[in-house]
Amino acid sequence: MLAALLRFNFLGGLYMSFLSHLISGVSLGSIYAIIALGYTMVYGIAKMLNFAHGDVIMVGAYVCFFAVSRYDMPVIPSVLLAVAACTALGVFIERLAYKPLRSAPSLAVLITAIGMSYFLQNSAQLLWTSNPKVFSSVVGNGSVKFFDGRLSISYNVIVTVLACIIIMSVLTWFTGRTKMGKAMRACSEDKDAAQLMGINVNATISMTFAIGSALAAVAGVLLCSVYPTLMPTTGSMPGIKAFTAAVFGGIGSIPGALLGGTLLGVIEIFAKAYISTQLSDAIVFLVLIIVLLVKPAGLLGKQVQEKV
Amino acid sequence: MKRVVFFLALAMVASALAVCTSGSALAAGAIKIGGTGPLTGGAAIYGQAARNGAQIAVDEINALGGVQFELNYQDDEHDAEKAVNAYNNLKDWGMQVSLGSVTSTPGVATSVENNTDRIFAITPSASAVAVTEGKNNVFQMCFADPNQGSASAQYISDQKLGSKIAVIYKNDDVYSSGIFETFKAKAGEIKLEIVSVTTFTEDSQQDFSVQLADAKNNGADLIFLPMYYTPASLIFQQAKSIGYTPKYFGVDGMDGILTLEGFDTALAEGVILLTPFNATASDKRTTSFVAKYKTAHGEVPNQFAADGYDCVYAIYEAIKAGNVTPDLLAPAICDILVKQFTSMSFNGLTGDNMTWGVNGQVAKDPKGMIIKNGAYVGID
Repeated sequence: MLAALLRFNFLGGLYMSFLSHLISGVSLGSIYAIIALGYTMVYGIAKMLNFAHGDVIMVGAYVCFFAVSRYDMPVIPSVLLAVAACTALGVFIERLAYKPLRSAPSLAVLITAIGMSYFLQNSAQLLWTSNPKVFSSVVGNGSVKFFDGRLSISYNVIVTVLACIIIMSVLTWFTGRTKMGKAMRACSEDKDAAQLMGINVNATISMTFAIGSALAAVAGVLLCSVYPTLMPTTGSMPGIKAFTAAVFGGIGSIPGALLGGTLLGVIEIFAKAYISTQLSDAIVFLVLIIVLLVKPAGLLGKQVQEKV
Repeated sequence: MKRVVFFLALAMVASALAVCTSGSALAAGAIKIGGTGPLTGGAAIYGQAARNGAQIAVDEINALGGVQFELNYQDDEHDAEKAVNAYNNLKDWGMQVSLGSVTSTPGVATSVENNTDRIFAITPSASAVAVTEGKNNVFQMCFADPNQGSASAQYISDQKLGSKIAVIYKNDDVYSSGIFETFKAKAGEIKLEIVSVTTFTEDSQQDFSVQLADAKNNGADLIFLPMYYTPASLIFQQAKSIGYTPKYFGVDGMDGILTLEGFDTALAEGVILLTPFNATASDKRTTSFVAKYKTAHGEVPNQFAADGYDCVYAIYEAIKAGNVTPDLLAPAICDILVKQFTSMSFNGLTGDNMTWGVNGQVAKDPKGMIIKNGAYVGID
């Protein structure tokens, strides 16, 4: 009897720790996913990897941080301000750095994006110094508790997951149902043909950047709400992980970004918890390699035949 | 033809002027001190602090008259290869004495160059053993990592701070893993029980839920954190969110956590750390340094700034005692300074009666500090 009870408790403990690791994984994954949505959106339409995306996230987080902590603005206007600032920044970057290269080889655009990423990081450092700042969560630091407090889910995680799902649904609806969205898909299929059909390709691509950057601001605010250290380099590593997540899920696919991000977060946390904290990154990328070997276009990516 | 002559004349005037300016610099007799550190990038806070601290010391010394210094800090972005390039720039500039590198990874690379070129170096804060090992002209102002690790284990055991210890360290950082290795060795020696060891890397320093769950499930009552304060601030916050309240013990990298903008200092309440510098100390030198630093840079200086300041003063005292003149070449200065450093005793912001062994490591007492009501309070 006693043995059975102990056994139950032991298994219960294992089950509980599994659940709490799963929640951590989803929490980390939803952050990757929300960044990956921006990456995949821009790649899907403009067919370019915007490596400066992670740094736009950082700018968004800084804007929100200063609005809240220096100017005592309420949370919602601060987030809206960050969204507005990032949208303006995204359009400005696109106009300045990417538009002149519209007909250049994609490699040139890629290198420009990397340059833009460093430019943003170093400008942030000049403006706001390299001293880290602690971001106070826009959601509040409480959590919902289950099983007598043995399991807790923080409000941050709930809001991030919800935001992810809402953004994904809105983007799917937008690209599938609206006129602008259809124009975007047309541009992504064939720029020249779209132009011939009377679509303003330049304006459409600028619009894509505006949306991608607005998403970056939301991602920045949520990223720093969950992991509150804010530095000029804050966006770069999550940006790269999110890019990985986007490729994992199938780059260009909006539901793929959500799936890829969440899976990447869960695999990372499980690898840390059940295999080794030392090897976790190696395991994450090993899984990525295996998935790409089996499905080169990613989990939900479309296999597009190259026309010759 | 007339025009050619005119330009020739102009060129001659220009070169004469150039000779004049370089001549006047020589006449002023400034000794050229160079150093590399991360002035940009993720570790910029350390490089900038060390440079700013060193600059304050140079300004103070130059204002005294007598020996004059010229300081040149080059950016290495916390990268070994860039640090060697920066070092070569400094050599071309005519560096006579070196402040090595601020962080350990670049420090290991530049110290090899310092040793081959026979340019004396004292690093403010590159604490890895490999920085000084086998190089008789490279010295450290900070504790070497092994000293921090074993001193921490000894301190925890002596003061009975915890019986079951968890360690979280950054395994892609020579500073963090170096301290951990010696902590583990010392803990084994003095029978301090380590119940959980987990790691993180530069790429995964945001989520610590797994590491904290491991410490908690193994019943750790004290977590040893050999790391810089940025990840530590996340650990405090995440531990609190899962309702886990162990004691925390940090090393010198924890210094600076209280000045982190926006950080809720209540999270760090009761954190114990071994650090050589206390910005809230009331002695005259510290208060004057802190005031100058605040006026110039608008922030409270951290330990790196104090290390940079101390390095310049240690060089200053050795130069005075050894009668070094600015016209000497680097290798000659190097011989004199090595002799002075291994025999002198130095009082600075980061310790009293510091001495250096022939291995380049400093001997000074670590100060145990505890955070109470958002401020450091000395324990001993």
